[in-house]
Amino acid sequence: MALQAKDVLSLQEMGPEEMNLILDTADSLREVIYRPIKKVPTLRGKTIITFFHEPSTRTRTSFELAAKFMSADTVNISTTTSAIVKGESLKDTAYTLQAMGADCLIMRHGISGSCHYLSRLVDASVINAGDGMHEHPTQGLLDMYTIRRHKGSLEGLKVAIVGDVLHSRVARSDIWGMTKSGAEVVLAGPRTLLPDGFEQLGVRSYTAVEEALPGADVVYVLRVQRERQGKGLVPSMREYARQYCINGRRLALAKPGALLMHPGPMNRGIEIGSDVADGAQSLIVEQVTNGVAVRMAILYLLLGGAAA
Amino acid sequence: MPLPNRRGGPSGGDRPLGAQAKAHIMDQEAIRRALFRIAHEIIERNQGTENLTLVGIRRRGVPLAARLQGIIREIEGCEVPLGILDITLYRDDLTTRLEQPIVRSTEVPFSLSGKKVILVDDVLYTGRTVRAALDALMDLGRPQLIQLAVLVDRGHRELPIRADYVGKNVPTSRRENVNVSLLEVDGEDAVVIELLNPVDAEVK
Amino acid sequence: MTLVVRGGRILDVETGALNEGDVVCGDGKILAVGPAAAAGASAGAEVLDATGMVVTPGLIDMHVHLRDPGLEYKEDIVSGTRAAAAGGFTSVCCMPNTQPVVDHAAMVGFIQDRAKRLGVVNVYPIGSVSKNLEGRELAEIGDMAAAGIVAVTDDGKPVWNSELMRTALLYSSMYGIPVIAHSEDPHLAEDGQMHFGTWAGVLGLRGIPGAAEASMIARDCMLAELTGGRLHVAHVSTELSLSVIRWARSRGVKVTCEVTPHHLVLTDEEVSRSAYDTNTKVNPPLRTAADVEACRAALRSGEIQAIASDHAPHSPDDKDVEYNLAANGVIGLETTVPVLLTELVGKGHAGLAAVVRAMTAGPAGLLGLKGKGRLAVGMDADITVLNLDKSWRIEPAAFQSRSRNTPFGGWEVRGAAAATIVAGRVVQRNGQLSD
Repeated sequence: MALQAKDVLSLQEMGPEEMNLILDTADSLREVIYRPIKKVPTLRGKTIITFFHEPSTRTRTSFELAAKFMSADTVNISTTTSAIVKGESLKDTAYTLQAMGADCLIMRHGISGSCHYLSRLVDASVINAGDGMHEHPTQGLLDMYTIRRHKGSLEGLKVAIVGDVLHSRVARSDIWGMTKSGAEVVLAGPRTLLPDGFEQLGVRSYTAVEEALPGADVVYVLRVQRERQGKGLVPSMREYARQYCINGRRLALAKPGALLMHPGPMNRGIEIGSDVADGAQSLIVEQVTNGVAVRMAILYLLLGGAAA
Repeated sequence: MPLPNRRGGPSGGDRPLGAQAKAHIMDQEAIRRALFRIAHEIIERNQGTENLTLVGIRRRGVPLAARLQGIIREIEGCEVPLGILDITLYRDDLTTRLEQPIVRSTEVPFSLSGKKVILVDDVLYTGRTVRAALDALMDLGRPQLIQLAVLVDRGHRELPIRADYVGKNVPTSRRENVNVSLLEVDGEDAVVIELLNPVDAEVK
Repeated sequence: MTLVVRGGRILDVETGALNEGDVVCGDGKILAVGPAAAAGASAGAEVLDATGMVVTPGLIDMHVHLRDPGLEYKEDIVSGTRAAAAGGFTSVCCMPNTQPVVDHAAMVGFIQDRAKRLGVVNVYPIGSVSKNLEGRELAEIGDMAAAGIVAVTDDGKPVWNSELMRTALLYSSMYGIPVIAHSEDPHLAEDGQMHFGTWAGVLGLRGIPGAAEASMIARDCMLAELTGGRLHVAHVSTELSLSVIRWARSRGVKVTCEVTPHHLVLTDEEVSRSAYDTNTKVNPPLRTAADVEACRAALRSGEIQAIASDHAPHSPDDKDVEYNLAANGVIGLETTVPVLLTELVGKGHAGLAAVVRAMTAGPAGLLGLKGKGRLAVGMDADITVLNLDKSWRIEPAAFQSRSRNTPFGGWEVRGAAAATIVAGRVVQRNGQLSD
């Protein structure tokens, strides 16, 4: 069993068997993170380049550590310090990196579909670390992995995703991954932050978060993307927080012991209250560890074998 | 003596299809006696069970190590810690294989530093699996010493590796496969030599 | 110089009838049309054998960007008219958003001169509504009309200022030319990459709602009613827009409209199916299946008067980039005929007559192109010969156009323009241009 394509671009295109292969492999690799010497030689000599057009702490570091734990060589390119600022096109940058011997390009980019575009340009494996508003597949997988660790399986669970779904690539990946694994996904947010037509994907939307939460096994809180919005789609952060902030009172509407998750970084007090973010139901910190394991698994499955 | 079942399996190449049984080398009794002897030898060579640990190499090294642990418990009345080692991440043939082998978990929930580690596997052949296991153990800690116990040594070493404890020496040709079945994994205990299809012989 | 197009099936675009006959041309005019017309032709006449093929008036594409002057790296009058000839078109109307803009008579003259010297088919310039396309002051429409423009438009951009649009409709009515409206609310459409709908949501691309087009068409129709001017809506794409135009007509507004071939064939799902291929990025965007069906129905019923390709050449540097950064537009001169014959006529969604009428009598009538659009004695000898049975594959690398940005690359099609005749001269035969 192997991954079907040379890239990991979206969960919309990934089958349930492939997702499970990644999660099972993550299970086996997770213990490496807890060793005193966090090193296995598996990807020795492979070159992995992370290529981030948008700022990121956790995702970039997570990928870099995953690669280093597997003994790969890593290079980080961020746009503030690179030729991209000088106006070099993505196409030329891609060809340059491939010519230097990159085996894998991990890209985050502000434009949806740009990782699909990159994957057509290069033979190297491309991992989508977030493309515009489209998908963030490794985040979706680590979210599924986190739920699986606590619930055994996603089948039959109800997952409520709350917040700015319209601009969220994390939400889209979670919707695809979780519905394909048999979970029921509902969305809650202001009408101006919910996408049109997602009922066709089997996902119900609510504008009153109190109606979405009852019966939820997982409450997944999205960041309010102040920098991406910019268009006054909600009147103020105060209004958003009063209507949608997931705090102790609202979390209690979900099933007892429901899992609380957030992709980070958090806007405390706006979309999520500190009482629950630091509370017993919160898996936000564990998500980070699981992210490294899932990314190690993906790197192993993409790069661990012979070049095609 | 019924033939062992054909098992497909993860691409670890341990069950090539189309092989025919040529000779039955060990039956359940023979395996039991061999393990019994090995357990005694381990205790004798190491002058007791102090600082002793057993680490089984996936897949079939694990039940063998568990059995050794049980025998030592009967003889000496003490519990030797048992670990499970998956060596997939340390294999030297990953870049030549088209499909990645499935990685299973490594579970060594105790420190190896300063310990006497008895590595346990079912068949010793080229020695590459043991080489990978040694690297894995070194990444987990700094044992005082490592000894190797195998149920079958079939020769044809490609690296300078030797076993300290051997259940049975079985001379084989490269066109043969030594097929170890264990109750815990395969439903019965047996060691069988099989003649490989020419294609499978090349793969091995 | 006499040319006889012999033995073809001559299409009557009004009735749809196909009658075997000949077309005899001399001195650039049609001398005789009908069965056995060749009998009257002179002995030394050139003969083009059209047996088994359909003979129509020369096709007219009234919405073409020739990019000349200023953007010649994408296309110019030479390559653009060659592309037109290859695609079976004998006349094109070229858009004014060049550099510099066609906003005064000297520019009109430049294009006419260049086209006469170097062009392969007839070129009718369209002037801009506003100076330099800035949308603030009227351009010298009167002077340009005297120089020969057939319409005015700020195409590429809407005329956002309603008072300017009112003035333009009023002023241009003096010269009997229509205002072609690129109807788009720039704020609703801002940053939009594709049609606003489920697919935009799934793909994470900002969407342009159909209302951005229809709301501006409503405004433009009301201003046309107010002024009595003539309005022509460019590249209509939605069922909502068509219903607005229907309503305006019922009030007596002088409004016509055109549709592109890609809006008759492709939907917004194509963006997903092609995995963000930028040859699906057009303005107005590809819409829903219901919109495509509404456009087809309007073509059949005659509510849409013209099919116009909005031929928009772009170089790979403009298109081979991330989706949001890609320029809008696809070329169409060399794909319109095969794609419409295959997808519309071949699959029974529209009759051959309706499709051909929308590229002949339709545009000729609404733009007042004398001598064009009909096969009759005295008309200009612009003729297109269509081979409905030729099966082939669209290969962009073989295009006459300087650009390659088409969503139809690799399509297996049935139907082609077998010959293009301009003023009695065969300029294209079996894919070969005569030069």
